[in-house]
Amino acid sequence: MDIYLPIAGLSVNIVVIILLGGAVGMLSGMFGVGGGFLTTPLLIFYGIPPTVAAASASTQVTGASVSGVFAHMRRGGVDFHMGAVLVVGGFFGTLFGAMLFEMLETWGQADTVINILYTVLLGSVGGLMAKEAWQSLSARRAGTPLPPGKRRHHPLVASLPGRWRFYRSGLYISPLAPLILGFITGILTVLLGVGGGFIMVPAMLYILGMSANVVVGTSLFQILFVTMSSTMVHSLTTRAVDIVLAIFLLIGSVTGAQIGARLAQRMRPDYLRLLLAAIVLIVALRMALGLGWQPDEIYTVQFL
Amino acid sequence: MIARLLLLFALLLPLPAMAQSAREPKLVPDVSQRSINIQSRFTGAELLLFGAIIYPRGVAPAGQVDVAVVLRGPTRPIIVREKQKVAGIWVNADSIDFRSAPAYYAIASSRPIAKIIDARTAAIYELGLKRLQLSPTGEIETREVRRFTAGLVDLNRRDGLFAEAPGEVDITDQVLYRARLTLPSSVPEGRYVAETLLIRDGRVIMADDSVVVEISKTGFERFVTIMAQQYGLLYGAFAVLVSLFLGWFAGYVFNRL
Repeated sequence: MDIYLPIAGLSVNIVVIILLGGAVGMLSGMFGVGGGFLTTPLLIFYGIPPTVAAASASTQVTGASVSGVFAHMRRGGVDFHMGAVLVVGGFFGTLFGAMLFEMLETWGQADTVINILYTVLLGSVGGLMAKEAWQSLSARRAGTPLPPGKRRHHPLVASLPGRWRFYRSGLYISPLAPLILGFITGILTVLLGVGGGFIMVPAMLYILGMSANVVVGTSLFQILFVTMSSTMVHSLTTRAVDIVLAIFLLIGSVTGAQIGARLAQRMRPDYLRLLLAAIVLIVALRMALGLGWQPDEIYTVQFL
Repeated sequence: MIARLLLLFALLLPLPAMAQSAREPKLVPDVSQRSINIQSRFTGAELLLFGAIIYPRGVAPAGQVDVAVVLRGPTRPIIVREKQKVAGIWVNADSIDFRSAPAYYAIASSRPIAKIIDARTAAIYELGLKRLQLSPTGEIETREVRRFTAGLVDLNRRDGLFAEAPGEVDITDQVLYRARLTLPSSVPEGRYVAETLLIRDGRVIMADDSVVVEISKTGFERFVTIMAQQYGLLYGAFAVLVSLFLGWFAGYVFNRL
């Protein structure tokens, strides 16, 4: 069944789009990530113009993270104070990201920079996750579970001026640290069409040193608001949000997210993380191949 | 459409009297659809370009006539970028600005263009993808322009936006001709002009570009496009609300199950 996407300007198969949204939604339900890092490349691969893909994916991530935020809120898993600082940083990040995107577009290097960002970010995060999941798996198999890691923030964070108390995160640190972190993920949201959860969660754990039980909830809270901001920024600058595409992606992903969340309760967290790491690494590898081996197209057209 | 063809036949009958003064044959071109509406089920379109060749005194002369039809979409300025491997990675290293690239170009002819007309005339009428004149800006070597044009043509050809169909114009009894051209779903809106050329002995006897096809979005698709283009704030807010609602709704439904 085909449907015409008015903003992307071409027709697509609805079933493919809903299934794509559903698959990504399942992952986001299972792992608590937005899944934008999968949606955007897959949409581009399907033939949707890159800007439309990134813009519409951020709309989809908003929908996929709503129910997650509510679920975490109910069990007190969101540090609103920390979340607010991250969101403010994220908001300015999306504005700056839009400017950066326009500059890159005029310079003609938008797709290369986006590919490099994907390769580097997903490659390193995926590698880290895989290593950690593997270590804890093999430790368990050997019968000597790893000692719980010491929770502390990065020395750089401690050197920033001014300190606020973030009670739920159990932190007494400078608000500049989460502000900068929010800013960076805001940029990525606009450029890559991702929520930034895959950066945010490790950064919260290892750079800020937040207590683990509020990490996912607060990250989702930030993703919710920053992707909303990204949708608005895209609507006002690139005008590339395709509402029809977003709605069909959403229908798939909100359903998938619910199924994924139920599946996750039955799986061992270590296997879950190893699986996510594998998916992230596959996407990174695909992007790396496009950069280093053979791009999809040698010639590209930009309309003036 | 069949009705139209019949109408053409009817028109042809009293022709000998009308066309007596003209010594050269004339073309009466038409198209199956004067306007194409893009709506939600649009998956591309097929156009039938057809018409009649009217000979003076109604007699087809000895020797073969050929017909070529060209359908051109609106032109627009574009930048074509070329990736090259720099320091191990593929980056956009070179680019050319073209001032007038057609968004769509398809040509069909009764025989391959090279066989029915000489290269110079073909170039003047822009017959064939190799002879597109895209007006590059700035001083650029011909070889480079040719390389970029070939890249653009290859890209658009695979997307169905450029097409070349030699031998796809059927001529019946030297009088009626027709050609089928397909438009992919990604054709942009605008005015598409169909040019029909009547060719004999390597000469263009007559060229007619009076047939115009308007392609435009209608209804909901048009509404969405206008909203996105002119009311970005409202459109964005709506997109956000829809995504929030769908996300919340799914959670609500699944919690009840």
